Amino acid sequence: MLAGEAGPAAQLCLRMIVALAGVRGARRLLDVESAHVDGCLYHGRAGLDFAERLVELGGKVAVPTTLNVGSLDLRHPENVRADPETTAGARKLMTAYTQLGCSPTWTCAPYQLTHRPAFGTHVAWAESNAIVFVNSVLGARTDRYGDFLDIGAAITGRVPDGGLHRDANRKATIRLDCSGLPRRLLAEDAAWGVLGHLAGRAAGSGVPVLTGTGEDVTEDQLKAFGAAAASSGGVGLFHVVGVTPEAPTLEAVAGQGIDTISIDDLRPMRDELSTARESRLDAVCLGTPHFSLTEFERFASLVDGEFRIPVYVTTSRAVLAEAERLGFAAKIRDAGARIVVDTCTYITPILDPGLRTVMTSSGKWAWYAPGNIGVDTVLGSLGECAASARAGHLVRDEALWTR
Amino acid sequence: MDALTIHPGEATADLLVLDAPLSFWGGTDEHGSIVDEHHPQRGASLTGRVVALPSARGSSSSSSVLAEQIRAGTAPAALILTEPDAILMLGGWVAAELYGLRIPIVVVSTKDYQELCHHPGPVTVSAGPERATITW
Repeated sequence: MLAGEAGPAAQLCLRMIVALAGVRGARRLLDVESAHVDGCLYHGRAGLDFAERLVELGGKVAVPTTLNVGSLDLRHPENVRADPETTAGARKLMTAYTQLGCSPTWTCAPYQLTHRPAFGTHVAWAESNAIVFVNSVLGARTDRYGDFLDIGAAITGRVPDGGLHRDANRKATIRLDCSGLPRRLLAEDAAWGVLGHLAGRAAGSGVPVLTGTGEDVTEDQLKAFGAAAASSGGVGLFHVVGVTPEAPTLEAVAGQGIDTISIDDLRPMRDELSTARESRLDAVCLGTPHFSLTEFERFASLVDGEFRIPVYVTTSRAVLAEAERLGFAAKIRDAGARIVVDTCTYITPILDPGLRTVMTSSGKWAWYAPGNIGVDTVLGSLGECAASARAGHLVRDEALWTR
Repeated sequence: MDALTIHPGEATADLLVLDAPLSFWGGTDEHGSIVDEHHPQRGASLTGRVVALPSARGSSSSSSVLAEQIRAGTAPAALILTEPDAILMLGGWVAAELYGLRIPIVVVSTKDYQELCHHPGPVTVSAGPERATITW
């Protein structure tokens, strides 16, 4: 491939992968079974120039490849108010990646689609929450890939044999003992986002393991945890004892004498994710990472009357189709929510300009939105978000967060 | 001071040592300034500086953000890290491939990193194919 017999696009991509292998000290390459590409989100001309170079060189993906969110809602273009130059660039970028043979899934939660990588298989996934989910919850193996390498791996079908592909790097580096947290709080997805935020801070780019959570943990909760841990830290893999597939026991993932932090109060971390200092509330944003079908169902069950402030829900086309079929989408839309697909509310101008203080149930959204779109945030449970949207101001269930 | 090359190149500029990890995506804007609300040096400009950062974190979109900053001339002049970072290396690699613009990215030991913190002012980062040097 390096000699060019697979074409100039594969040659360029393999040169990049070999350069990366050198940096990582990897001695060989591995074959991957699928790829998830994050490079389709527009960050300016460099990303577009690279994708269009690959198209010009005749590049095509060699393995099934899904696409992360873009910067536009292609189904409902009126949802995004980007400037014309950015919109044109974003559209060209999304087109280039589909020309390379990637599936137009436009979601940060490809693990909610029908095909999921099997335990133990090697994949090349990008986007920090997708990476941490596929490693931790599915037990497939990817390193922390990013833009450029993701499409390079998709076109060549190869990645360096290093990082989280190797057994030795999948052991826990720090233990978070959650046995002091109230069960009622641990039943809330938002609490897992806060816990993830704490884990990212504590673990850095290491591997946290949770104990004492009980075994009744949902995929939505693991999604919220991983996404937040990969935002405040560089976490690409975590374990939950008795829940995630590589951690039937603590001993399976952690050596003797691993550092342990006991957690009995999430309020300080919750408040760190809440930059707003008043009870005024302008909007609610849900669905980061993309809302799952079960989240739609739960939110629809909490809707009781019209929302007094704007509510935005981001999801994928695939999940929205199911949510429409089951009536969940209509119920929340009738209450006044706006459903956005293909992109996300914290990366592209979707919120109306006057909206300053926004509540979310997502630790990841709360972490990034202040810097990305200049809003103040309040983190709360899905129930608190629904109650606040209905009331038009912040409604807290303090008993939920208190021991 | 010896360093390991992550991406080759040459640069001389004032050193800026970051006090906390930084994600280029979500943490810096297209002008090269720190916009991360949670970062102690929020508002500082990285453009044209030799930036030493204790570790990268967060988003895998940082490759594109760095490549675009290099293209637009708003990137750091060089990066000094304490561990090899694939995401930043790829940003540097693609900018070199597409535009012929190179910023050196190097890794130093934690001990040398601590020492760097005490040397404000201009430094030269000279990164060959494998090894690099940092001089004052």
